[in-house]
Amino acid sequence: MPEDLNWAIGGEAGDGIDSTGKIFAQALSRAGRHVFTSKDFASRIRGGYTAYKVRTSVDRVESVVDRLDILIALTERTIHENEDELHEDSVIIYDGERSTMQDVEVPGDATALEVPLKRLAEDAGGAIMLNVVALGAACEVTGFPIENLDESLEKRFGDKGEAIVENNKEAARKGQHYVQEEYGEFDYDMETTDEDYVLLNGDEAIGMGAIAAGCRFYAGYPITPATDVMEYMTGRVDQFGGKVVQAEDELSAINMALGAARAGARAMTATSGPGIDLMTETFGLVATSETPLVICDVMRSGPSTGMPTKQEQGDLNMTLYGGHGEIPRFVVAPTTVSECFWKTVEAFNLAEKYQTPVFLVSDLAMAVTEQTFSPETFDMDEVEIDRGKVVDENDIDAWLDEKGRFQAHFAAADGVSPRAFPGTTDGAHMTTGLEHDELGRRTEDTDVRIEQVDKRQRKVETAREQEDFDYREFGDPDADTLVISWGSNEGALRESLTLLEEDGYDVRFLSVPYIFPRPDLSAEIEAAEDVIVVECNATGQFADVIEHDVLERVQRINKYNGVRFKADELATDIKETLDAPAEATQ
Amino acid sequence: MSSDVRFTDFKSDKQPTWCPGCGDFGTMNGMMKALAETGNDPDNTFIVAGIGCSGKIGTYMHSYALHGVHGRALPVGIGVKMANPDLEVMVSGGDGDGYSIGAGHFIHAVRRNVDMSYVVMDNRIYGLTKGQASPTSREDFETSTSPDGPNQPPVNPKALALASGATFIAQSFSSNAQRHAEIVQKAVEHDGFGFVNVYSPCVTFNDVDTYDYFRDAIVDLDETDHDPSDRDQAKDKILESDKEYMGVLYQDEDSVPFEEREGVEGSMAEIPDGAPEGAMDLVREFY
Repeated sequence: MPEDLNWAIGGEAGDGIDSTGKIFAQALSRAGRHVFTSKDFASRIRGGYTAYKVRTSVDRVESVVDRLDILIALTERTIHENEDELHEDSVIIYDGERSTMQDVEVPGDATALEVPLKRLAEDAGGAIMLNVVALGAACEVTGFPIENLDESLEKRFGDKGEAIVENNKEAARKGQHYVQEEYGEFDYDMETTDEDYVLLNGDEAIGMGAIAAGCRFYAGYPITPATDVMEYMTGRVDQFGGKVVQAEDELSAINMALGAARAGARAMTATSGPGIDLMTETFGLVATSETPLVICDVMRSGPSTGMPTKQEQGDLNMTLYGGHGEIPRFVVAPTTVSECFWKTVEAFNLAEKYQTPVFLVSDLAMAVTEQTFSPETFDMDEVEIDRGKVVDENDIDAWLDEKGRFQAHFAAADGVSPRAFPGTTDGAHMTTGLEHDELGRRTEDTDVRIEQVDKRQRKVETAREQEDFDYREFGDPDADTLVISWGSNEGALRESLTLLEEDGYDVRFLSVPYIFPRPDLSAEIEAAEDVIVVECNATGQFADVIEHDVLERVQRINKYNGVRFKADELATDIKETLDAPAEATQ
Repeated sequence: MSSDVRFTDFKSDKQPTWCPGCGDFGTMNGMMKALAETGNDPDNTFIVAGIGCSGKIGTYMHSYALHGVHGRALPVGIGVKMANPDLEVMVSGGDGDGYSIGAGHFIHAVRRNVDMSYVVMDNRIYGLTKGQASPTSREDFETSTSPDGPNQPPVNPKALALASGATFIAQSFSSNAQRHAEIVQKAVEHDGFGFVNVYSPCVTFNDVDTYDYFRDAIVDLDETDHDPSDRDQAKDKILESDKEYMGVLYQDEDSVPFEEREGVEGSMAEIPDGAPEGAMDLVREFY
């Protein structure tokens, strides 16, 4: 038998595919096996092909592969959809008594097990349990202890009462016994361990990270595949004194979150591409008003409404450059499900330390992937909170001007001003999306404009000095071939390194979770012969920024005080640039 | 909160750049008086404004304030209040800001009924962009972008509010200082979303809906037998398109604010130094 086993259940949307898959994945996880799940689904509520796939091993599994060992097919189409992944040892379980499945042809040498799923389910108490009959059959085929399935059934159906749980256990046993009696022994023998794992997906990890990091206000609008973040936080954040508000649209969602953040709460919104488009209007306001805000984009295929249920990493440019004018910001992209948790915590700290928008960029592949982890992976004692330069009644005096007015946009050397939560005595101040002075009042004064633009940009420089915007490294550090990637590709790339190594290819792989600011990869790129950037998009958006980083820099003359270039001034600037090039390029 | 707060404490030392005679002066003075009268002070008050002449108000008042983007002031205000219900939140908007680009937010803010006040300076014109038709402009009002008039009826914001489940709807006139301040004060005191549409004439671009027009047309509801607790009476008054009223049109005395119904108890600004106590339970849920 293979070291790792690939299992799937497929049918029509509405057939309970997701919950059945999840029951099996949880049973495996509770039996101390690692699990990596993936979903094939269409953008519809009922009907159409859908599948839930589980890859499981005693060792960690980090990706999906093109191989299917056990397939529960509730429809004939399920078999055709997965034909390419079946092999000679594959086992297909299906209900041959169903009229639509009577003439099913099994491809290749795969073994077909006809199990009367519906009839056995009815015997156990109801046809609705036919998926559980199939799970019992799968337990017999794989040699997986059915007691572990029982625990998972208890968790799933416990709320519905003892009778329902018992009926389901009975249904599973009917499937198990049927296979035992009709088909005898199978080659598989799934090992279990004493490990206790937790099983969660990227969206859940983001929601959990947000609550751990002290996020207390979430406003959002439902959109695939970001809705799970909102659903996770709903109900849970309330237990910690917080609230989720479902806004009327994404424009409202980001502005509500902005309001909550100005009131002193750690606040977040999450959406996917089309929602990010709508939120873009407010990016500049968040940055200019210097409001800490975490904006999460769980990417899907674009542009426009694109393919809502399919994977893509196409929004990178949007989060890097979205919004008119120039917006200082951070863009952080977790590379694994567990990193979704930790990078969310970090995103809140960055947002408050530097009083900027932080884009937390995830993707559909991560959002729908459930993965097993040791609970210690999410050790809450490791969570650190840094709220930045918050002042209160006791130290606010240092930040008042000669007339006693709070300088909320004080042009500090590090670019970060003091922050007074509303309610703080003597802290009353305004802020605006208009260019403003240190008091937050509108100005068009050219000098003040430059001072404030520079001040806001200095935050990025300060962060570059103070933070560790690093990458994760895998493979052979001395290899001539350098592969660079970002986001959810890390697991598949790590596994591909092993396959490449078997074929004699040595590869060095850098997984980069920081898009902006990002680590300087110039030295690594210089040292390599071949550099390959891997990403789920058509144009290579991350490759573009990396190429940009290693270009020899042009010299620059910039003006941003609100006045156009003048001829005499330009002549002077150009002469100065030529005379002192090194200085001018800074 | 100090008891000796005067309305001038809400005034900043920045001189307004509104045109001399603009209705917004009176509107703002009434807002400041209402805040002071209700026992608030600048340090517990949050003013949110959108874009346009009305949006400048945060600069001229003294409090915590945010001047945001066009039409989105209400969601910001909702976020502020949800995150800290102890703050007094007042949102200012204009007829373009509130009933055109922000119309969607208006409806939902009304039905959400967060405890805040929304004061709209309605001058029936786009002033800051120099005289284009607004959503409340008359059907035949000639402007630079509507030379033959907008050719569509004006929106009725009070009807929109009523239809959306408003718990407080009032109409005011910036020039009647005493009444205006009283009406805004009632909106502030209301337990829920206190909506006040204020006739705030534009002396530069609107030569139809002028002070003289409103002075002649307006009827003070206090001088009628109007019962603001009667929704049907309110509906009839609101749908009289040829009448201009001043006063509280409708108030639901049993209104319970959204944040209270949602069980928001205090400020969300205070969080622990690390993950909250019991956070490991969040992980164990995934066993």
